[in-house]
Parts: sequence; structure tokens; C-alpha cells
Amino acid sequence: MIGGGNAALCAALMAREAGASVLLLEAAPKEWRGGNSSHTRNIRAMHDEPQDVMLEAYSEEEYWQDVLKVTSGITDEFLARLVIRASSQCRGWMRHHGVRFQAPLSGTLNLSRTNAFFMGGGKALVNAYYRSAEKLGVDIRYESPVSSVEIQDGKFIAAYIGDERIEAKTCVLAAGGFESNREWLKEAWGTNQYGESPADNFLIRGTRYNKGVLLKQLISLGADSVSDPTQAHMVAVDARAPLYDGGICTRIDAVSFGIVVNKNAQRFSDEGEDFWPKRYAFWGRLVAQQPGQIGYSIIDSKVLGRFMPPVFPGEKADTLEELAIKLGIDPKALQETVKTYNAACRVGTFDHTILDDCHTEGLEPAKTHWALPIDTGPFYGYTVRPGVTFTYLGLKTDETAAVRFNGVSSANLFVAGEMMAGNVLGKGYAAGIGMAIGTAFGRIAGTQAAKAAQTLNQSQGAEHATA
Amino acid sequence: MQQLNALVKEANELAMGTPESEADRMLQICNACRYCEGFCAVFPAMTRRIEFTPSVVNYLANLCHNCGACLHACQYAPPHEFGVNIPRVLAQVRKDTYMTYAWPKSFGALYKSNGVVVSVAVSLSIAFFLLLSAFLNGSLSSGPLDGNFYAVFSHNTLALMFGAVFGFSILAIAIGLAHFWRGISAGAISASAASEATHDALTLKYLGGGHGDGCNNEDDAFSLWRKRFHHFTFYGFMLCFAATSVATIYHYFLGLHAPYALSSLPVILGTLGGIGLLIGPAGLLYLNLQRNSEHGDASQKPMDRAFIVLLFMISISGLLLLAYRDTSAMVALLAVHLGFVMGFFLTMPYGKFAHGFYRVAALLKNSIEKRQKNHLQFGAD
Repeated sequence: MIGGGNAALCAALMAREAGASVLLLEAAPKEWRGGNSSHTRNIRAMHDEPQDVMLEAYSEEEYWQDVLKVTSGITDEFLARLVIRASSQCRGWMRHHGVRFQAPLSGTLNLSRTNAFFMGGGKALVNAYYRSAEKLGVDIRYESPVSSVEIQDGKFIAAYIGDERIEAKTCVLAAGGFESNREWLKEAWGTNQYGESPADNFLIRGTRYNKGVLLKQLISLGADSVSDPTQAHMVAVDARAPLYDGGICTRIDAVSFGIVVNKNAQRFSDEGEDFWPKRYAFWGRLVAQQPGQIGYSIIDSKVLGRFMPPVFPGEKADTLEELAIKLGIDPKALQETVKTYNAACRVGTFDHTILDDCHTEGLEPAKTHWALPIDTGPFYGYTVRPGVTFTYLGLKTDETAAVRFNGVSSANLFVAGEMMAGNVLGKGYAAGIGMAIGTAFGRIAGTQAAKAAQTLNQSQGAEHATA
Repeated sequence: MQQLNALVKEANELAMGTPESEADRMLQICNACRYCEGFCAVFPAMTRRIEFTPSVVNYLANLCHNCGACLHACQYAPPHEFGVNIPRVLAQVRKDTYMTYAWPKSFGALYKSNGVVVSVAVSLSIAFFLLLSAFLNGSLSSGPLDGNFYAVFSHNTLALMFGAVFGFSILAIAIGLAHFWRGISAGAISASAASEATHDALTLKYLGGGHGDGCNNEDDAFSLWRKRFHHFTFYGFMLCFAATSVATIYHYFLGLHAPYALSSLPVILGTLGGIGLLIGPAGLLYLNLQRNSEHGDASQKPMDRAFIVLLFMISISGLLLLAYRDTSAMVALLAVHLGFVMGFFLTMPYGKFAHGFYRVAALLKNSIEKRQKNHLQFGAD
């Protein structure tokens, strides 16, 4: 197993349970193990009726429609439905390996029906899986970044950690995307119409160990790929967030309660298009497309306490002019933008728990819900940057999680997690779907890898017998 | 105005790096994350707030049972640059709570080197009783006294000495607790809140980890042993307390005077309690020695261990006294046992013992506020 996050661990556990001897190679040291899984908090799970922590029902069809909507159809229905169905059956197995679920967290009203929350979040899940893997006798090596793999006619032969060659009958690639490889991001995003290199201003929300080394190698070796290198889960994060591992707490959740302007103090997208969990992963990209890759979320005092408190305090000022100066944008332009916006607001009954009827008229871009005038000081502003969670460029796969070369499935090389999430997520995101993909394909990959190793054992046995 | 700003700035600088300001910094991070909400009562209580004043931090610190779950689950724990370690910072705040609310105030300093304080108090107490019995009895050994302690010290002498010290200690704890209660502005107690808090305290609900698998000790694995050993300790202690109370009733109201038969209620209660007070502290000490070094505040380990060892010594000296009460060793054993008990009574308001009272107060406040409307209406997700 190459990788040490949720998908690799699911694969390792399944393969070990199927009787294979398993070596797990985690690039990170023990204290940073688990990759982006350590930053997750829930899994989107289908259920036809209320189950333990899951309320009401979330049918396959509704789940599929959500996937279809967020990806604008850039998905693989067969594999997406495979993930959706698997998500309804994995929690018992997860519990068996020590994962604990809990009632939805406060402030997650819109996820309480669709997502099962891990008690303590993703790091607790990762810890539980590592404990279970150790107990079952999975051989775990930290600080073991695989630098290349040896492939012959579409078959895995060996992995290299520097000069060390590790042969195995079969291999699962679950080493994440390439989001922490800044050179690659830079290359992928190129230069924009303002002559800037947008990727220079990206912050990485997750692990610093996802360099995409094997993703790059496999694609250059002719493995079939999906999605493109600019597609990623990108969130608007506080500009003061650390370069890596900022995780969930640097997110700015104020967006739908006010307006967001670019560095010219102009609005550029509908802040009230849909519920925040369905939209937050779009805003990183929206900000990335703005000049300077920077945005400013502006709210007034009326909406304080309605969104999750941000980790860093925002700028605060009694007047919009003062706020603009503090944020470093043109005060006149901001005042003008807010004035136009306020005049366009048609306030009905504000309710942030439903798609309410507060909207703008004659404004471009419109704000279609939760449009309240920004008129009650003090005003608050948060500077945001694009925060990359993970990239979608991945290896094409099928229902056996096999890596494919020119449309032919490898007999013993499999892929799971972020390295193949792009099969289901061509673009966009819905909360908790990454863990659903990682768990489903991690488990498939582990099972298939164990099966491949067994087949190889038998054929070797047969060779010995005939020799 | 400028002067005021300068003062505010100075105050802020002074506050930097104190456990309270560190707790505030970390809780702001926690409040934007909230993954740990399921583990215990601290995080749900946190989500009712967006500001963490010293009073709030004091309350949350004493609500924390130092189970360690949130540290092992934390994506922002060291080596992350945010350096979040809630169990440690809240333990540091607790020490400040104990020192701040100790009565008389100057005695709060006894928390600083608490291991030494307890050791000295106990040593002096034992020496005192040995000398006293040698003086009263002529020597530390004697012919068999049929287990009659009052042949060494009169009942009234013992009742006066222990009653006075115990009374003072309870008064000191009560005054400290009353100040603490006001400090965290707890509000009115309802019957249902009181009953829930009592239940949470008596069952050590929050050493269960939220999932019932228990708390962390040496690593990220969960275990119920800390909860179990604490139960042995607490209920063992309560049985011993019951034994003493029953004996007091026997003495004053029923005219039944010690020594009591092995089959009598005080002896049975005391023996069972004593066994609990051997198993519990021994287990807690073992777990404490194995404890992950990132948990809690290392400077309080001497206090924790002194208290654990003291309880163990009270119990073992008491059981030995029971076993050998009919022999010539009784006088010496009695003096030693009384010395341990006196050492405990003296340090009750100024040692680990106090944690239970502050914890129960915090649990009670938690039960009260849970029943009040939460005015924050987060609806982002």
C-alpha cells in the first residue's frame, strides 16, 4: 500500500483481512500521518431510513442528483453509483475497526441528514485505523516516500524508496493528489490574463506530503488519466492561514451572509446561490480567477453569530470607508458597490436555514438568497485566498479499482482515494464525498489486491508443480 | 484616551503567554473546528460562546476531565504551528483556579510545590502522633489493649483534634467553592440540572470518551481503566467516610463505643472502603506513571502523585491497624495511621482533593446552562 490516509488504510485492512501480508508505506513521519484524511470530519452516506447517527433518509437517487449537480455532469455515473451504494454499507465495518460516529456537529444543520460525522474528526479515524492495522499485523513504515514504481507491461513489479527496491505481488496506489507540489500547481495554472501566476497565491489546506510523484510517473508511463490538473477542491480561506495544514478552521463561512468583492471592490459571483455546504468548495476557485487571487468577504453587524466563528478575528470598522482602508481596497469603490447592492436588495423574510426570499433585483451578478442590505455598523471584513484541499487529476479506473493502461486494466496495480477521486468528481464537491470515494475504493482496491496476490500465489504454485 | 490605550496594550502584553490567554487562543481555533464536540462537555459548552474571558476559561478548565481524547484527535496539535493542546492548557488553568480560589488566599501558594507541602504535612503529623502517644502511653509499644484506641488517646482528644481540622478544611473548601461559583456566574440550580450533574459526577461520564470506550492514557488507544480505578478510589473513600460516620452515630447516639467487632457495620464499611482505597490509588498511580507526557501539566504530577500515595497510605495503615489492633504494635500503628489521616485533613483544601469540588461545580453549571436557550444561531453548514 503506497500512502497512509483513509484510502490506503481501508485497502490495507481489507487486504489483511483477506489474508494477504501487507506493507504500508507512509511518506510522512508518524506525527503527520494520514494525509488529508486527518482534516476530514464526515462521510456522505446513503441511507433509506434513519440509522444510528443518520436522520431521515438520503436515497441513492438524491445522492446521485447531488453528485450530478455539483459536478455539472462531469462524472462517471457507474462509478459514482458504486460509491453511493458502498457508502450505505461501510459504517459497520468502520466501527469494527474502531471508528466512532457521533450526532452532527453544531452549526452543521444542512449536513445532519446526509453525512455521518466521525467522533473527534478524521484524525481520530486515522488513529483508529492505524491501531487496527497494527493489531492485525500490517507492517507500517513511516517516512517512506515512494519515489517511483517499476511497471512492466501494465504490471506492477516493485516500488522504490530512493535506492531501496521493494518487490510485491501487487500494489495499491493511494498516495493522494499533487496539491502540495507547488511547481506542478504553478505549471498547471500557468499565467492569467493579468500576467500573474495564480498558483503563487494558493494556500494548501491539507498535508504537505502530497507531491503527486507517482501520479506524474504513472501518467508519463501511459496510465489513463481523468480530470485536468487545474480541477481541485478549493475553498475560500482566511489569507492569514498557514501555507499547509490549515484544515477546516481557516474557512470563511460568512460569504452567504454578505457580499464578496475582489481587489477592485467589485462583486463577482452570487454569494447566495445555494446552501453554504454545497457552495463553499466553489469559492476558492472563484477567488483564484480574480486579479491578485484575493477576495474580501464583507458583512455587517446584523449577521454576527449566524456563521461559524472564524479562527482569526476579521477587520472591524464603524464605517465602510474605514473598513476599506483597513482591508487595503479603494474606499470609494467599496462604498459604491455596497450602495448599488443595498439598493437592489428585495428583503422578504430572512431565514438562513432555508433558501429564503431575500434577493436582489437588477444587479449583476445577482444575489439570489439571503440578500440583506449591508447597513448596520460596525462592519467586518475577511480577506480570503484560494485554499486547495486536493487536486482532481487522477488515474482512470473501473469497478475493480484497477489502474488502466490504454483502456486495459492492470492485473495487479490498483488505485484509491484522491489519486482516482476525479473519476467521480470531474469538478465541484459535496461535503463528505471524498471520504465516501476513499472508503469505497480503498476497500475495493484492498480486496482486489489480496485477490491478485492469491491468484499469483496459485499460478506460482502451479509453476512449481509443473517444474 | 491615549493613556487608556497604553494601559490596554500593557494589560494585553501582560496577559500574553498566561495559561488563560493561551486557552483563549486555542479555544478560538477549537471553536472554528469543533471536531471534538462528541467527546465531552467542554466543547459543546465552548460552542455556546464566541469569547473566552478568564471566567469562561476557568469554568471550561474545571469541566475538563483531562481524558486526552481531544489532544490525540487534534489536527492542530503539535507539531502543527497552532500548537493546540487543550488538556494541557486547561490543566494549567485549573492550577490557577485552585490557587486563586483557595481560602485563606495566601494559602493558595501551597499549590506551587504541592508534593512537598503534602509530604511535610504528613511527616509532621506522623511525628506528632508518635511523640504524643509515646508521651501519653509512656512508650510506643504496650501490652495488648484489646484493640481499644481510646486507651491511648481519649475519644474526646481525637474528636476535638480531627473535628477542628476537618471543620476548618471543609470551611476553607466551601468558601473557595462559593467564590468560584460566583466567579463563573453559574445561575440558578434546578432539580433536573442538579440531578444530571450528580449523575455525571458519580458515573464519571466524561471519562467515557463520548463513545463509552474510555479515555486515553499512554497513546491514542482508549481504555476504561482510569474510570474504573477512579471509581475504586472515590467509592472506597466514601465507604471509609461512611464507616466513620456510622461509628460517630454509634458513639454519640447509641452509646456503642469502639472497638467494634469485625462483623460490625463500621468495620465492614471501613474494610471494604480500605480495599477500594488500595486498588484505586495503586491503579491510578500506575496509569499516572504510564501517562503520555503531552497530557496535562507536568508541574502538577507531584501534587497528583502525593495525593494518590497519601490515600493509599491511609488505607494500608488503617487495614494494618485493624489486623494488628490486638497486638503490642497497635500504639505505633495507630499513631502512624492517625498521622496519615491528619496529613490528609490538613491538606484537603490545598491539594488534589479540591479538584472534585470544582469539577462538580463546573458540571452543575454545565447542566444549568444546557437548559438555557443558546443565543448563537450558527447556520453556516
